Amino acid sequence: MTSDSKSHIEVRNLCFSRSGRSIFEDVSLSIEPGKITAIMGPSGTGKTTLLKLIGGQLRPDSGQVLVDDFNVHALNRKWLFHLRARMGMLFQSGALFTDMTVFENVAFPLRVHTDLDEPLIRDLVLLKLNAVGLRGAAELMPSELSGGMARRAALARAIALDPDILMYDEPFAGQDPIAMGVLIKLIRKLNQALGHTSIIVSHDINETLSIADFVYLISDGRVLAQGTPDELIKIEDPRVLQFLNGEADGPVPFHFPAPSLSAQLLGGSRDR
Amino acid sequence: MIDKLQRLGKDVLGRIAATGRAGQMLVQSLVVPPAPKEMFPLLVKQLHFVGVLSLVIILVSGLFIGMVLGLQGYTILVDYGSEQAVGQMVALSLVRELAPVVTALLFAGRAGSAVTAEIGLMKATEQLASYEMIGVDPMRRIIAPRLWAGFISLPILTMIFAVVGIWGGSLVAVDWLGIYAGSFWANMQASVDFTTDVLNGVIKSLVFGFVVIWIAVFQGYDAVPTSEGISKATTRTVVYSSLAVLGLDFILTAMMFGEI
Repeated sequence: MTSDSKSHIEVRNLCFSRSGRSIFEDVSLSIEPGKITAIMGPSGTGKTTLLKLIGGQLRPDSGQVLVDDFNVHALNRKWLFHLRARMGMLFQSGALFTDMTVFENVAFPLRVHTDLDEPLIRDLVLLKLNAVGLRGAAELMPSELSGGMARRAALARAIALDPDILMYDEPFAGQDPIAMGVLIKLIRKLNQALGHTSIIVSHDINETLSIADFVYLISDGRVLAQGTPDELIKIEDPRVLQFLNGEADGPVPFHFPAPSLSAQLLGGSRDR
Repeated sequence: MIDKLQRLGKDVLGRIAATGRAGQMLVQSLVVPPAPKEMFPLLVKQLHFVGVLSLVIILVSGLFIGMVLGLQGYTILVDYGSEQAVGQMVALSLVRELAPVVTALLFAGRAGSAVTAEIGLMKATEQLASYEMIGVDPMRRIIAPRLWAGFISLPILTMIFAVVGIWGGSLVAVDWLGIYAGSFWANMQASVDFTTDVLNGVIKSLVFGFVVIWIAVFQGYDAVPTSEGISKATTRTVVYSSLAVLGLDFILTAMMFGEI
């Protein structure tokens, strides 16, 4: 794959709020082509929302998401679906279609977007499944797979069309150490072999830092820090340190905003 | 007081917004260029799930309702010596009212709730989002086949219900209670009119089919993607569909038979 076909993603001054709560305030990111970019941050900072904004599933209040200079949210439905055919997304739950076998799940994007013959589709699907180590599970239904296997099958489906952009939503969440190791290896191998632009959204620090080329740390709707993994661990900002070291005490509060405990217990108010 | 007004206003606005979203969903899924090659297999699968699998409950209910009508009709009419008119009574009640209404209510409970739960779970497990990200419009792939399957199958189920019901009525009235078969069928043939009775019944079932499946699909599509959200959506499908069917039945009956 030549460098020309690799996609560049630019997020400019993105603002997004949901139910009156601001999720992003003026977030700008640049995702380099062919690299693995990680977006990290505590739970609830809207990392998955960011992927949905890039994929055009949600609309921002203001700001732009440019994929190869196309404004994702200015495209009509038809062109948006064309663009999405060049994106692969690995959902947190795998999101395999439960009424199809693993084979049919992986074959689905090929059947929809290409006119390939059935024998060729079969070969391609088996190759993709082989890449994630699930060739033997081709005829199983998604309900018969373990969590780690389901995610790998979903990864095979996400790479079925050899997308230019691959987005991983919390790929390591809830995985046992072996499955996690397999996934890390797979993500790195796939990026090297196919050269697509990868975005990983995660809060698993060690795993993500071990494969990412560049990292954005997001907290409270803003970009808190950015840099290569080596640069990131040298940052002295207490909020960054708290996140990277997993400390309970620090500038990022443990408690959800509330009146003080003594005021609530002794203040006479019976409001819960 | 202000609080209550505020809540009422919020509730009303929420319902208006939901109606808007339901209309938008309908247009987005149905007003599309036809793609028969792609749609046909999906439609057949849904016709089986929504229609064929509802057959047993429709057949059994139709049979029992017809039998009950035959029995009740006989016990009342025999007092006036006009038990020969049981056939007419059974056929008219079924074709005009009971077949469209009861079939729609059963359909809402059997197929509507299943469709809501299925689409709601697809949303909760990110399968709908997954279709979108693969570049396939879930409106065309998931929503449209289910809507069409509902429109098509409910009128057919209604006709089957009416036929089985009339047969059930004849079983009781003719075979059990001994009414002369000739007068049972002749009375029915003389009094049931194709346009006013049969066609109006079919029109009712078309309207009910449209409303019930629309509610079912929308409730699933609009469900809050949690276990509680899906359970509430499924309940809403059955409650809203039943109320809509009964309310619309009165309006349609008034329009069709009000002038008689």
